Amino acid sequence: MGRKSRGTPEVNAGSMADIAFLLLVFFLVTTTMDIPTGLQVALPPITNEPPPESVQKKRNVLEVLINANDQLLVEKQLMTIDRLRQKTKDHLTNEGRDPNLAISSTKAIVSLKNDRGTSYDIYVQVYNELTAAYNEVRNDYSMQEFGRLYSELSPNRDQAKIKEVKTKYPKKLSEAEPVSLGGK
Amino acid sequence: MSKFKKKSGDKSPAINTSALPDIVFMLLFFFMVATKMRDREMKVKTQLPQATEVEKLEKKSRLHYIFVGPPIDPKMGTTPRIQLDDAFATVDDIQAYITLQNSKKDEAEVKYMTTSLKADKTVKMGIVTDIKQELRQVNALKLSYTAAKEIRED
Repeated sequence: MGRKSRGTPEVNAGSMADIAFLLLVFFLVTTTMDIPTGLQVALPPITNEPPPESVQKKRNVLEVLINANDQLLVEKQLMTIDRLRQKTKDHLTNEGRDPNLAISSTKAIVSLKNDRGTSYDIYVQVYNELTAAYNEVRNDYSMQEFGRLYSELSPNRDQAKIKEVKTKYPKKLSEAEPVSLGGK
Repeated sequence: MSKFKKKSGDKSPAINTSALPDIVFMLLFFFMVATKMRDREMKVKTQLPQATEVEKLEKKSRLHYIFVGPPIDPKMGTTPRIQLDDAFATVDDIQAYITLQNSKKDEAEVKYMTTSLKADKTVKMGIVTDIKQELRQVNALKLSYTAAKEIRED
């Protein structure tokens, strides 16, 4: 009626921000900046000569076997995975009390042996429990000595403390060359 | 002249928001570019196991990836296969692959290289053991069993 049209009418860009925000939120949600995590393992270097026949006292070695049926055998006794952590901790912190377990923490060895038919899932679970046992005894020792957890010690400032804990509880987790027993 | 005089003093002037879409679009483009939807095409299924004691890995540039799992394509069967980069591989290819990848890196960096083994839960240890042996042969001794963080209620 009384409207005067001068030039092209302005496009309403007010909702543009809304649309852009919507897209932005979508990308924010779908972006997975996932940090890869994993159980760290240090493999032993390969040698051509046979390993030296080290004489380890039987009591110092905690034998952990996993067979092709994913059954766990610890010191020749059947065990469930949830009890492995405590057993390993007992072994590491025994200090000669139990005649069947390690004579001292520095001599304690955990020997892990698996079958070619063992499932990877069970293997990782067992490895996790063993690592957890080491981490826990180290944490306990560090707490008792320095009043701080081992995992909270800073690699730069507390080098000496870390070294001491590591000397007290060295991570001697040996993995035997695998065998195929299960026939799978 | 008084005809065109602005009305003023009634309300506070509206804030100019015309630049807002531009700013938001800029952020949008940043996220679109920064988002890496997928590193490589996965040919094998890797449902990772869970573990409580996982540690964060080094930066991505210092990782070798090895994938093991049953092929996604059902035509390939269900036997677990190894994937290196975008292609299927066998255990024998691992040494050459690691050597090649290491040769692209700085010499000083090689000793920090970690191998991230992404294996499916259902894989048997036989193939994993073979991979470990191959890695030992090329002196790639830092290995990580990639696993998802498990939160347990104690």
